[in-house]
Amino acid sequence: MGLLNIFKRKKIEGIDNTMYLTLRDERRISKENNKIIKYYERMKARKNVPEEEYLTQMRDPNNVVEFENLHTYFFTDVGTVKSVNGVSFDVPQGKIVGIVGESGCGKSVTSLSLMQLVQAPTGQIVEGSIRYKANDGKCYEITKVPRDKMLKIRGKDISMIFQEPMTSLNPVFRIGEQMDEVVLLHEDGMTPESAKKRSIEMLRLVGIAMPEKIYSKYPHELSGGMRQRVMIAMALSCNPRLIIADEPTTALDVTIQAQILELLREIKEKINGSIMLITHDLGVIAEMADLVVVMYAGRIIEKGTVREIFHSPKHPYTIGLMKSKPSGKTTDDRLFSIKGQVPNPINMPDHCYFYNRCDRAMEVCLGEYPKLIQFSPTHFAACYLYDESRLSGDDLAKE
Amino acid sequence: MEKAKIDNDYILEVKNLKKYYPVSRFSISKNRAYVKAVDDISFKIKRGTTMGLVGESGCGKTTAGRSILRLHDITGGQVVFDGKDLSKISPGKLRRMRPQMQMIFQDPYSSLSPRMPVGEIIGEAVREHRIVPKSQYRSYILKVMRDCGLQPQYFYRYPHEFSGGQRQRISIARAVALNPKFIVCDEPLSALDVSIQAQIINLMKDLQEQYGYTYLFISHDLSVVEYISDTIGVMYLGSMMEMGDKKRIFENPMHPYTKALLSAVPISDPDVKMNRIILSGDIPSPVNPPSGCKFRTRCQSCMEVCARKVPKLKEYEEGHMVACHLYSQD
Repeated sequence: MGLLNIFKRKKIEGIDNTMYLTLRDERRISKENNKIIKYYERMKARKNVPEEEYLTQMRDPNNVVEFENLHTYFFTDVGTVKSVNGVSFDVPQGKIVGIVGESGCGKSVTSLSLMQLVQAPTGQIVEGSIRYKANDGKCYEITKVPRDKMLKIRGKDISMIFQEPMTSLNPVFRIGEQMDEVVLLHEDGMTPESAKKRSIEMLRLVGIAMPEKIYSKYPHELSGGMRQRVMIAMALSCNPRLIIADEPTTALDVTIQAQILELLREIKEKINGSIMLITHDLGVIAEMADLVVVMYAGRIIEKGTVREIFHSPKHPYTIGLMKSKPSGKTTDDRLFSIKGQVPNPINMPDHCYFYNRCDRAMEVCLGEYPKLIQFSPTHFAACYLYDESRLSGDDLAKE
Repeated sequence: MEKAKIDNDYILEVKNLKKYYPVSRFSISKNRAYVKAVDDISFKIKRGTTMGLVGESGCGKTTAGRSILRLHDITGGQVVFDGKDLSKISPGKLRRMRPQMQMIFQDPYSSLSPRMPVGEIIGEAVREHRIVPKSQYRSYILKVMRDCGLQPQYFYRYPHEFSGGQRQRISIARAVALNPKFIVCDEPLSALDVSIQAQIINLMKDLQEQYGYTYLFISHDLSVVEYISDTIGVMYLGSMMEMGDKKRIFENPMHPYTKALLSAVPISDPDVKMNRIILSGDIPSPVNPPSGCKFRTRCQSCMEVCARKVPKLKEYEEGHMVACHLYSQD
């Protein structure tokens, strides 16, 4: 029987005791998911919805967008992924809000929820509200806006710059055609000639030297930095109030990144809009943002102004992130690193998601998820370290 | 180490390395156009140290790394590794040299075979090159895995079961398992998150301390290069622009390109405002680079001589070489 033993896999601690789903479980889950998905999809596809249903009031009239307790889930066949799990923050008029976090922390999904671009039908906004103030003073509840109405908002009032400019530009159309389309769709009384004029003007605005020439080129003829400029020009062409920049410089070199960031800052001044800047680079955030939101595993763990976040970070994760980036000051000894990795998004624990990686974890941390604790009018962090009512005597003594 | 001869101090010596790619493969005419991916670069790496190679994408840093390992043939120049000229060595001998020089690739998602379990990925080459006797094979692999922070139960798992950081650990284990002397790391961190990057940097540093590896660290992230390297080479369009000790380069950058590159790095402090040099335009096409100094089209202190003469890499202070007319006497 020696021959058979070669093929036999030894039972190993750690692999063979992990839970795998049976086919039956999977079928049951997908059946349940279908029911949920159908409900949400029907809501979105309604036509002739009365305006009252999706018009609301802003909490603070200075804000362009308010997220409140947003939950966006993905109903997959292996379980529900809570990508965004109770996120609330505001984007004030004329400010740059930076969202930082590791990959998979839900920062992109938050912005996609605002655009109603979450990958449907698996991805659905389940709970919470996103309020958006349009140019005409109306406030929309994005989560309830039907699809046909959303087409008019998306790309006009809220526009988006994506990470990879090559995959987000259509390779078979010229730059000009793609840019004109935006203007023709969203603005009344536009002729092809006036649209072209507008596009060229926009290309000039983003610092492209010969806009007429670029106008009739294909995306593959341009370099990465140029393409990202075209994307920005396209996003700007309908005078948006809010630009979502989803990792706009990640695919670019540092020298080009400096150019693009400079451009974004200039543009913001010119159009007096707001920018939601999503990135994983703390340096970019420090340079650009006014307000910072730090996300981890679908939740906000800390938010505040740039100075508060960078000069007095509170949450152990934020502190760890800052320390793990090498800078000129770091000496030759070991770099600080956060141990472990992000927990599996399907079976999230009930306690603080950062518990298993935290170097200051306490017993209370195994309780329910910590609430946001306020340090200043703008600075919040979700950690029991600062919750005096929860700390027992000996925990305080350790401090 | 002091007893070693001066020749023996350097594990790798690259002399006038060139790698050209023909633009059109089937062109018959004699003056074919070439992309000069690596155009005449020379450097040396000391045993047990790390050399960082930085530059924008398309500057030829990856091609340089691959040419050194002879993963493809080179157009000209010499690569002397441990006293042997790799460019002239026969394929059979080269194969026997392979375990001594390894590579860690950029993308941990595409560089691991999805059909092999981790133990096999790490162990395949170990068996092939007979690094350890057959009886010790399994325990050796498990030891390597432990060194790289992988738990023994991962032995039978497949790459898709791991996150990016763990996969990069597997690629490092694969390289380290062959007892190499020299490892080329081609942007090993760029696909990873910040918190995972720090783990991998620490792992690489620990392994270097423990086993005395020499690294050629290719990256575009200057803060990482500053942290991990002892010497740094700055490349632009296939040429070496500036080279020297880490301290000298970062404290006193001489070449205008290095200055711009360093100033472009965003700093994680909202109150520090850098005096930023923003380079205009893009990197020119490597098919017909500008005459003279390749950087002159984007250089802010461009002179008349820059268009005529190619600046040579010269030593201006000890351990600091620059290729720029700004500093030449004539």
